[in-house]
Parts: sequence; C-alpha cells; structure tokens
Amino acid sequence: MARTLINVPPTAKRGEVIEIKTLISHPMETGFRTGPDGALIPRDIIHRFVCTYNGEEIFSADLFPAITANPFITFTTVATESGELALSWTDDKGQTQTETAKITVE
Amino acid sequence: MILATRRDILRTGAALGTLLLVRPVMAKPADMEAAIRAFTGTAPINSGKVELVLPALVENGNSVPLTVNVAHWMEPNDYMKTIAIFNEKNPQPNVAIFHLTPRAGRATVSTRIRLGDSQKLTAIAQLSDGSFWSDEAEVIVTLPACAES
Amino acid sequence: MSVWPRFLPLLTLLIVAGPGTGSAEADDRRSGFDFMGPQTQAMQSDDTSNPGMLAVLEGEELWNRKAGAADKSCADCHGDATRSMRGVAAHYPAFDTGTGGPINLDQRINLCRENKQEAEPFPWESEEILALSAFVGHQSRGMPVQVGDDSRLAGFIKQGDDAFHQKQGQLNFSCADCHDANWGKHLGGSVIPQAHATGYPIYRLEWQSVGSLQRRLRNCMSGVRAEPYSYGSPEFVELELYLMSRSRGMAVETPAVRP
Repeated sequence: MARTLINVPPTAKRGEVIEIKTLISHPMETGFRTGPDGALIPRDIIHRFVCTYNGEEIFSADLFPAITANPFITFTTVATESGELALSWTDDKGQTQTETAKITVE
Repeated sequence: MILATRRDILRTGAALGTLLLVRPVMAKPADMEAAIRAFTGTAPINSGKVELVLPALVENGNSVPLTVNVAHWMEPNDYMKTIAIFNEKNPQPNVAIFHLTPRAGRATVSTRIRLGDSQKLTAIAQLSDGSFWSDEAEVIVTLPACAES
Repeated sequence: MSVWPRFLPLLTLLIVAGPGTGSAEADDRRSGFDFMGPQTQAMQSDDTSNPGMLAVLEGEELWNRKAGAADKSCADCHGDATRSMRGVAAHYPAFDTGTGGPINLDQRINLCRENKQEAEPFPWESEEILALSAFVGHQSRGMPVQVGDDSRLAGFIKQGDDAFHQKQGQLNFSCADCHDANWGKHLGGSVIPQAHATGYPIYRLEWQSVGSLQRRLRNCMSGVRAEPYSYGSPEFVELELYLMSRSRGMAVETPAVRP
C-alpha cells in the first residue's frame, strides 16, 4: 500500500466548487532510464486515477511516464451532497489502491 | 553581471558536474502533431475555452507544475469532457488525459510533470458537442547545478 | 575532450564581477525557501502537495513499529513524538559522550536502534532512516535551530568551518565561493542559495525523492569535481555541524522541498 495524502474539505456548502488534492508515493519509473548495468529499467507507473463521489465517477485521468514521481493531482467538483469520495490509483501491474474521504455538505 | 549568452550559461551548468544521462531518441514536434491528430482526427481545433499554465522557466525539469483551467462553466449538456496534454520533446508525446464530468463546476486540474528539454506543450480539450479547443505554452528547461554523480 | 578550461574564465568572472554580496551575516540570512520560485514554495507550504510529508507519514509508522531483539518501538520509550521529540532535531548534530564527538540525527536514531532496540542499524540513506529523521525533524518544524552552543563542540565546528572555506575539486571551489560570495546569483539556470540546511531531510526535485544533507553535500562535491566524502565520515558530520551552527536561530523547515 503506497502512502497517500488526500485533501478533501470536510465540510462544504451545497453548490460550492471544492478542490480535491491528492498525492501518492510512487517512483513512476518511465522505462526510459538505464540502470547502473546499462540495461533499461522497465516502466512501472500509475497509469490511471479515478475519483467517485457517492459511487458516481466525477473525474479520472490517464497518466503517462511524463508525470513526475509521487503523482500529485488536483481537480474540482461541485459539492452536491454529503457522502464519500473514493480515489483509486491503478499501476502497470494492474494493482489498484483505493482511499476514501468523507464530506459533509450543508 | 557578465554572463554572455544563454548557451554559455548552459555549458557552464553542464560542466559543473551535472550528469548527462544517455537519453533515448527524443520525440520531435512532428510526433506531437501526429499524437494530436490521433486524438482529434480531422476535426478543426479552435483556440480558447481552455488555458494551459506552466512556468516560463522551470526550477527543475523533473518536477514542473502544470495547471489547466477551463473557462466554461460545466452544465449537464454542455461541458468540457476531455483534456489531453501533449509535449514536443519528451520520448513520448503524451503527458496526461483528464476526463471531466459536468460535476466539475469551474474546472481546474493540476499536476506535476517531467520535461526533458525546453519545449512547447499543447492542451487539447474536447467539448461535449464534439468540438476541440486548444492552448499552448512554451517552457524553458535548464540543467540543474550540482546534480547526482 | 576537456571542457572545463573553457569556462574557467567565465567562472572567474562569476566570482570577481558584480557587486560582492559578502558572507551571509545574521541580518541578511535567508532560507533556501526564499530563493525558490513561487510554485516550488507552494509545493513546500502545502502539506498535501509536499512529497516530504509522505516520508513523515512513513516515519510515524516506523516510530510505532516494534523492532529488534528487545521487541520495542520508539514509542515504547519515547511515547508520543509530538511531545517527546518536539525541538529535538533543532539541536542536532549534537555532542555524543559515547563517541566523544558530534553525531547527527540519523546516527542518534541508529544508536537507539542498536543499543535500546537491539536491532540492526538502518543503512545510510535508506528509506527507513530518512523516514524516521523526517518524522523526528518534522516535530521541530518552525522552531529555531539551536546547534553549536555546547563548548565541547567548538573544535569540531572550527573543523567544519575550515572545510567550508577549503577550496577543493578540479574546479577548485570552496563552499564559501558560491554560498557566501555569490548567493542570489545564478549557476546555470539555478539560483545559488546561502546553504542553510534548515529543512533536511529534503524532497529534492532533482532526485524526485527524499534525501539527507549528506546526499546533498555529495552532489555539491561532485559539482566541483571533488571526490565526495563517504556517508557517515567525520568530515561530513563536522560540516553538518558547522552548517547547522551557521543557521542558528533560523526556523527548521523539515521536510523542505528544494530544486
């Protein structure tokens, strides 16, 4: 389980545009670097990020090796109702990590 | 302050111990054009509605902050659904593709990217009606001083 | 093809030309933070966007993890780090009566691991030691550096001071040549900071990972084409000690972000 830092405002007014910030620990190995033995280090990146809000997808991203290590992604959404945001990262090995954050909307 | 030309500065920086990694064959502007065409097909690309923000001179090419602002309030039937970022000179022309929904409000997406050289970046955004909109940014990337050896 | 003689005149101009900024005295001392662009500053200031904070999180977990033959965690002796470790990192490198000389925070952590937890010390620059030193260092964030007041350290500080002013490497530069005489000016595309090591371990954009002050100093030494000291060598600890005593009173920023 890679470490993550997620910033979802704990409360928001209905209709307010909120910013969600996410950071996950990952080397994002491009596949273009050579190791000390001269061989190419194989690519190993997080290539997909998805955010759902009470089950409905509100944002997703396809990532390529040009994304920096420890991918940082921020995006906006309208606070519609209280509930849970689920953030998922999928890497080249096919593994998905999901973190959740709650929000209360007045 | 007598530093003659930018090339002199770059040479100075290079010789002061920065490791020049053996780079793979770098993409050319033509590759970026091809990747953009693959994304848009033959449709015309308009200017506007999307703003690509990058620093003009980066602190370090390994971590460049990038922001895309959509100047278009998202409505259920009229929203910016995809934003694709392309670059000219990295080994691959793609950087990221963001998929938005009407729930984004006034959409702003940020991330941090790697840039191997000074180059142009292009953001191509597709509206829900199928039209394409774009913005560009030019970035200068220099070698860092005192890198790993 | 030897390239460096070509810009030796250029480098000499760098040193000689322009108004001398002089050494960084107490009144005009500025953190490396001030020399960064606004986006990198924002990256450090926001705990959600600062990748160094990922190391702090990992350090917190290691703090609570039992280890070694004694099957103890740091927390078993030191309790809640936010109280017990508050201000500790601001005093490091500190004098160690066991060795009779200065030791840095990584060494102190490893001494605890060996002697109290009866566990293998973490290797220099390993993910674990960086995480723990980031976590402990973070508990001093915002507090003033308080290193060098111990009279037993005076001789070692002097050696670090001499090393800072000693010309070295193929390019024959001392630390002071850039960081005292030319801070604020550009080296290639980078702005030269004053070399106040107040944020270590840092997340360096160039590394795309967290690293120690010694790793950064090795990069500096490579930069002037000098043979870098080995990790943990007395020369490095004395240099760390000197650098921290030179930053006395400045705020700890751990974990900082630097280009």
